[in-house]
Parts: sequence; C-alpha cells; structure tokens
Amino acid sequence: MAQHDDASTPGSSIERHTESSPGTAVVTADAAQNPGFPPHEPRVTDVDPKADKKAERQVTTLFFLSLVGSIFAVAAYIAFPIVPGDLGSVRLNTALVGTGIALALLGIGFGTVHWAKALMRDTELVEQRHPTRGTEETRAKAVEVFTLGNQESGIGRRALIRNSLIGAAAVAPLPAVALFRDLAPAEDPNALLKHTLWEEGVRLTRDPDGSPIRAADVTIGSVFHVIPEGIREEEEYLEEKAKAAVLLVRLNPGDLNELPERASWSYDGIVAYSKICTHVGCPVALYEQRTHHLLCPCHQSEFDIANHAAVIFGPAARPLPQLPIAVDDEGYLIAQSDFTEPVGPSFWERERA
Amino acid sequence: MTTAPTSTPSTLPPTRTARLTGAAANYIDERTSISGIVKELGRKIFPDHWSFMLGEVALYSFVVILLSGTWLTFFFQPSMAEVHYEGSYVPLKGLEMSIAYASALDISFDIRGGLLMRQMHHWAALLFIAAIGLHMLRVFFTGAFRKPREINWFVGFVLFILAMAEGFTGYSLPDDLLSGNGLRIIDGMVKAIPIIGVWISYLLFGGEFPGTDVVARFYSLHILLLPAVLVAALGVHMLLLIINKHTQFAGPGKTNDNVVGVPIMPVFAAKAGGFFFIVFGVLTVIAAFFTINPIWNYGPYDPSPVSAGTQPDWYIGFADGALRLVPPHLETVIFGYVFSWNILLPLGVLPLFLGAVAFYPWLEAWITGDKREHHIADRPRNAPVRTAIGAAGVTFYAVLWAAASSDLIATHFGLGIEMVIHTLQALLFIGPVVAFMLTRRICLGLQRKDREIALHGFESGRIVRLPGGEYIEVHEQVDEYERWKLLAYDDYQPLMLRPNARGQITVGERIRSRLSGWFYEDRISPVNQRELEESSHH
Repeated sequence: MAQHDDASTPGSSIERHTESSPGTAVVTADAAQNPGFPPHEPRVTDVDPKADKKAERQVTTLFFLSLVGSIFAVAAYIAFPIVPGDLGSVRLNTALVGTGIALALLGIGFGTVHWAKALMRDTELVEQRHPTRGTEETRAKAVEVFTLGNQESGIGRRALIRNSLIGAAAVAPLPAVALFRDLAPAEDPNALLKHTLWEEGVRLTRDPDGSPIRAADVTIGSVFHVIPEGIREEEEYLEEKAKAAVLLVRLNPGDLNELPERASWSYDGIVAYSKICTHVGCPVALYEQRTHHLLCPCHQSEFDIANHAAVIFGPAARPLPQLPIAVDDEGYLIAQSDFTEPVGPSFWERERA
Repeated sequence: MTTAPTSTPSTLPPTRTARLTGAAANYIDERTSISGIVKELGRKIFPDHWSFMLGEVALYSFVVILLSGTWLTFFFQPSMAEVHYEGSYVPLKGLEMSIAYASALDISFDIRGGLLMRQMHHWAALLFIAAIGLHMLRVFFTGAFRKPREINWFVGFVLFILAMAEGFTGYSLPDDLLSGNGLRIIDGMVKAIPIIGVWISYLLFGGEFPGTDVVARFYSLHILLLPAVLVAALGVHMLLLIINKHTQFAGPGKTNDNVVGVPIMPVFAAKAGGFFFIVFGVLTVIAAFFTINPIWNYGPYDPSPVSAGTQPDWYIGFADGALRLVPPHLETVIFGYVFSWNILLPLGVLPLFLGAVAFYPWLEAWITGDKREHHIADRPRNAPVRTAIGAAGVTFYAVLWAAASSDLIATHFGLGIEMVIHTLQALLFIGPVVAFMLTRRICLGLQRKDREIALHGFESGRIVRLPGGEYIEVHEQVDEYERWKLLAYDDYQPLMLRPNARGQITVGERIRSRLSGWFYEDRISPVNQRELEESSHH
C-alpha cells in the first residue's frame, strides 16, 4: 500500500486549477476505474531476520572489497611501473591499476544499491502533482511586477529611449565579430587555393623521402606517391603538401585515353594526378592496377585513371586535376607547370579567374 | 490510503555524533537557509522504471568525462609545433610530429595510468552519447515530451548536439592521421558553403588547411566553451525535471495527478548514488581491458597517406554516411560560382532531420490541440502513429549510419561497393516508409490484443473437455491491477474540419485536419467501464 508523504488532499488537483482544452482527445465519463494501489508485498529481508542479517553482511563485504580495491590500485601503481619501450609494462600497469579502481568503485556501487534494495524501507510513497503554472494569485503578482517596472521606468512610454537602446544593443556585438578577423592572415584565401608548389621544371620526388624519380624506374602498373622537390624546406610544409600531393601511375600507352588538348601532359604512359579528392579533400590513395581505378577511402569516390581521372562512382563531382609532366636531361620526371585548375574540394570562387 | 507509522521519535538524550551533526547543520543553515531546500527536495518522489535509468547513465558518464578529462588536461599540450618524438613508443621514435600528438603518446606510454584515463575518457564519451540517444528514444516513444515538458525536450536536444560537438572536437585533439582526415573532411564540407565557406575554413584553421592553430582552438572549445554551455544546459535540464516532476507509467493507484515512487532521502539517493559508482566502475573495467582509439597505430597527421577503412567515431557516422550516399557529378556552376550539391544536399538534409527531432513535440501538440498536462508515459503501442514516425526516423538514421561503413560492409561480406551504396540509397527512401507502415500495424495489433486480454483474459494453455464433448481452452482473467495497465491510455479522434468564428476554413486548419486524420483515423479505443462490467458477467 502506498502512502501519502505530504498533506495535500487527493483528487484531480490539476483539472481543478486549470481548464485546459483536451483538443481532439476523447474524454469519456465511462472510463475504466483505477483499482487503486495493490497490497504491499514484504521482501524476504522484511520477514526473515536471518535474511536481513545476511544482506547486511553482503553489503559490508562489498564495501570492504572496495577498500581492498583502492589499496590494490595504489600498490599496483607503485609496484608495476612503466618500463620505457616495454609495451607489456604499459598494458600491465593499465590493467592492474584499472582493476583496483574498478573494484573500489563497483564495491561501493553494488553495496549501496544492494543496501537500498534489500534493507531500506521499500514502500512506495505518493506525492500529489500541482499544475506547473503558478496560481492565479501568483500570476497576478507577476503581472503587477512587470506593470510597475514598465510604469516606473517608462520603457513602454518613452519610445525614443527604448528604440535607441534596442538599436545600440543590436550593434554592440559587432566589434566582437570584427575581432575574429585576425584568426587568419590578411591574404585572400581564394588566391592561395589556386596555386601549389608545382611549377615548370620542378622534379617529381618520392613521398616521404624526397628522392627524384627517373622515368625509366616507373614500370607499367606501378604507383608512386609524389611530392614536389624541395617541399621539405618549406615553412608551411603540411599546408603545401595538402595541395601538392600527386599520384603517379604508368599505364600501357594503348590503355590511355587522353584528351587531345592534354596529349602532351603525359610521358610514355606515365600520368600524374592530384591525390587530393575533389569531393572533400581526402587523399585518393587506393589504386586498383587491373581496372586503372583510383578509390578514395573516405567516401568511395572512384576515378578512372585511364580516362583522364573521370568520376565513375561516388559523391565526387569533378575529375582529379592532372599535372602536366615531362622528363629533364638526366631522365628525371619534372612538372611542365603548376596544375591548370585548383586542386581539392570545390569552393565558391573556384571557377573565377 | 493510510499514513504509515513512521519510526517513533527518539526520547533518548542525543549522542555525541548527533550533537555534532546538529551543530554543523545549524552552522550551515544559519548562513544559507538550506533547510528550506532540504525540506522541499529531501523527500521528493521519484518513480522507478528501468528505462528511467538511461538519462542517469548519460549524467553519470558525463561526470566521469569531467573527472578523467580534467586529469588529461594536466598532461596534454595542445600545440601543433613540430617536434621529434623521443618518447618510449619505439615504432614512432625520431619521427616528426606535432607536440599535441607527442603529448598524447606520452600520456599513453610514459605516464602511469595515462592510457587508463585516456581510454576511460574516450569510452565514457561514447557511452555519454549512446545513453543520450537511448534516453531520447525512451522519451520520444513514451510521449514524455508532451506538455509541460516540451521545453525540456528541446534542452535535451541541445545537450545531444553539444555532446556530439564535444565528441568531435575531442576526437581531433591528438592530431593523429585519422582525426586529421576527419578535419580534412570538415574543411572540404565548409569550403562548399556558398559565399562564406572558404572564409570560414580560413578563419577556423588560421590560414590554409591544416595550419598550426586548429588543435589549440578546438582545445579551447573542447575544455572551456562547450563544457560551460553543456553544464549550463544540463542545469536547466535538471531544474525543469524537478519542477515538472518525473513522468510515470500507468499502473494501479498511479494517476496523472500523483507521483508514486521512492523518496530521494534515502532510497533514491542510495540507488542513484550507487548506480553512479557502478557506471564509473564498469567504464573503468572497459578502459582497463579494451583499447579505444589506438592513435599510435595511425601515426602523426600528414595530408598524403590515409588508411583504408577510414571510419569516424560512431556518433558522427550518420553525417559521414549522408556524404557517401550522394550520387556522382552533383555540382553546378552559375555565373562562375560553384554550387556543390554533393555537399550542400547532406548539409541541408541533416539539419532538416535534426530540426524535425527538435520540434516534434510542438507538431504533435498542434495536431491534437491537447493543452492538458501529461504525466503518464504512454506505452509506445498506444500512440501507433507517433511510434511509427519514431521507427521511420530510426530507420532513416540507421541507413545513414550503415552508409558510413559502406566500404567495410563491402569488404566483410564480399559485395561490390557500388551495390552496397545503391542498396543503401534505395533503403534511405523505402526503409522509413516500410518501417512506418509495419510499426503502425504492429502497434494496432498489440492494442487489439491488449483489449482482448483485458476483456476476456489470456489463454491459459489448459484444455478442458465439456460434458457435451466440446473442447475449449480456458481463459484466465488477469488481476485488476495488471488489467489496469492495459486500459489506462489517452485516445484521440481525428479533427473535424469546421469553419472558425469568421466562417472561414484556413489553410493551416486544413493541414492540421489532414495530419490529424493521418494520426488517428485508425485507432483502438481503450476498454471502458461498461465493457469491463459486461465481460465480467460471462
């Protein structure tokens, strides 16, 4: 049997105070009757003193285990230090300290819950709800407060003051916005996005060691991850690499379907394409030799290298930009120029000069 | 209902401890008048149901996040300056990397308990978001968002978004290859926003991607701004919970006007406090034995390499999946300006979906026109269309989520990636519709079954042969307390379209009536008193 814990009268307090519309709800006078609270069933610990004692012992044991766990955690922290270079010691330290702390926490947790469930009074209590809205009296007082505020300040009456304040307050955050301008340097980012480190005569070198690539070393079907020569010395190495990374592939010249205006951009079946996906900029790093397809591991855009890197599947919209290449006197691969279009993801002013 | 005999007041002289406690309490009360709060809240009643624990799990894992996170701030250095790694993880020795990554490695390999705390922080964050998600589903499917709790639903939604933002900013801090690729994706998405996209990216990264600022900036957001907003919103969430009191499921003796349960002092406090320690303890066990986010395997961030099977943390999956499901070539150039529909489409659809979640309570309230307070949680079957809408939403989310693992689905089950994507694209549209229809049917079926059980009892499995030779199965009546749970629910009828006071039928009213018909044209009325009495005469 549930009991009242507060003194308010039972009954439909909510409906008495407010006459809220039920909307399209069906309100029937013939609704089934609530049978009231079922009889309370005592627990074993309520009727059997032995069970009560036993539960008490269990709770105490759990708290004691917690104590042991805490001490164990500190002991393990000291006794099992990390030996530099030994991953086993890291694992052991983590596992043992963790076990000790877990025991300490779980002992307290299970002990307390067991105590509550087995030994604390378990009869359910009843509390009356009251409508969320304030009483009419309170609401009248609140209205009065606002009325007085309005009268005494004159904010409703003195329109000029009020409106000029609203105007001032609306403009006040502007300096805060302006102050964020110097989060980035002064240059126009659009210009930066349109250029990479590639220019006429720059050698194609291996990523990451920077060694130049001889055209003769590029066998058919092989793939090279390429960066421009000298990129390592750049102050903004990662920023430049994020634009200049290139993938170099040699295909059987017979398999290569080149656009007529780009016929001179490859060298003996060797083609170089930007490695930065035109979707959202992940490195397009997975090359399937048999099909000449490049796959972006992030969102699975597929580009056909044999067919000027056209998009054949996935969310990308544009082919990968091609880097025009040639060979220098020593037989090393070089760039003919920078990319002829911006690399990487699309942006608003991408197509503007 | 009677008042129970409470323990008899003690007439013995107070012990030393009691005197001390009394003095301390007096000291505090004379300076804070805290006795008023204790009187008001100390015996507040909390109803009990396993599903009410989900919100608690979220709250407690947040406390674990705060504790472990504060510890981590003492060791982590959010700088992107380059160093040569000299820590004790041999495979990366001598490599150039950011200080952030190096200090995250030091936490993992050179500081005792560091790996434990890092993993506890990460696991607790995952549990936090998972628990919030399940808590939201519980509140949605039981209609616990109805008046007066609409605002608290919205506050909870804000908490959900903040939790994801915390997750993403935290995930990016170690500056490893995987999180760097996540940032790269954000950069690509931001750049696609018309007019201001490039500038937002430029300001966010302090120059061109990746720059040397983003980790420190995310660190400020992750440990200062977002937690401050989160804690404030959490405070409002709890305050409104206290003001509105918790909902309860229908049950004998429980009405819309009362709360039946255990008082805060002592039972609820003991159960909830104990449960906090259990959540904390379980997270510690997981952190001690299960690796999460092994940043040492990924290496420092470099824009060129990437690992196959790249996955975001699961809670960002739905957004990543949305990006993957867009068909190829969706981009148009108008007057030289680029519209990247392949990004803008997901960027538009996701806020619409989330907005529908955030504002659903007001939609349903508008359709029903019900202005009463609701404190009895619905069983999902008793609101078939709401439950079906929820199921459709879950399906939509689940398809996007599955799409984030499209490559892994393809490799694990030996399917073509194209086939997986095309299937998911179709499912994104068909799945929610099928889920809606199925769920609605199932709910109506369950309601019919409830009605039958309430009126005719349940099949007892006992076959009896009547004197005439006929065999029947004996139906047994459920007791009246159990039966009440099957009867007590709100029932709505479709809105009748009527002209308003000025004799007009507005467009809004037409839409409302359509929606109302859609919600309530098929409905099973609860059993009423007359039917009950008739059935008991059989």
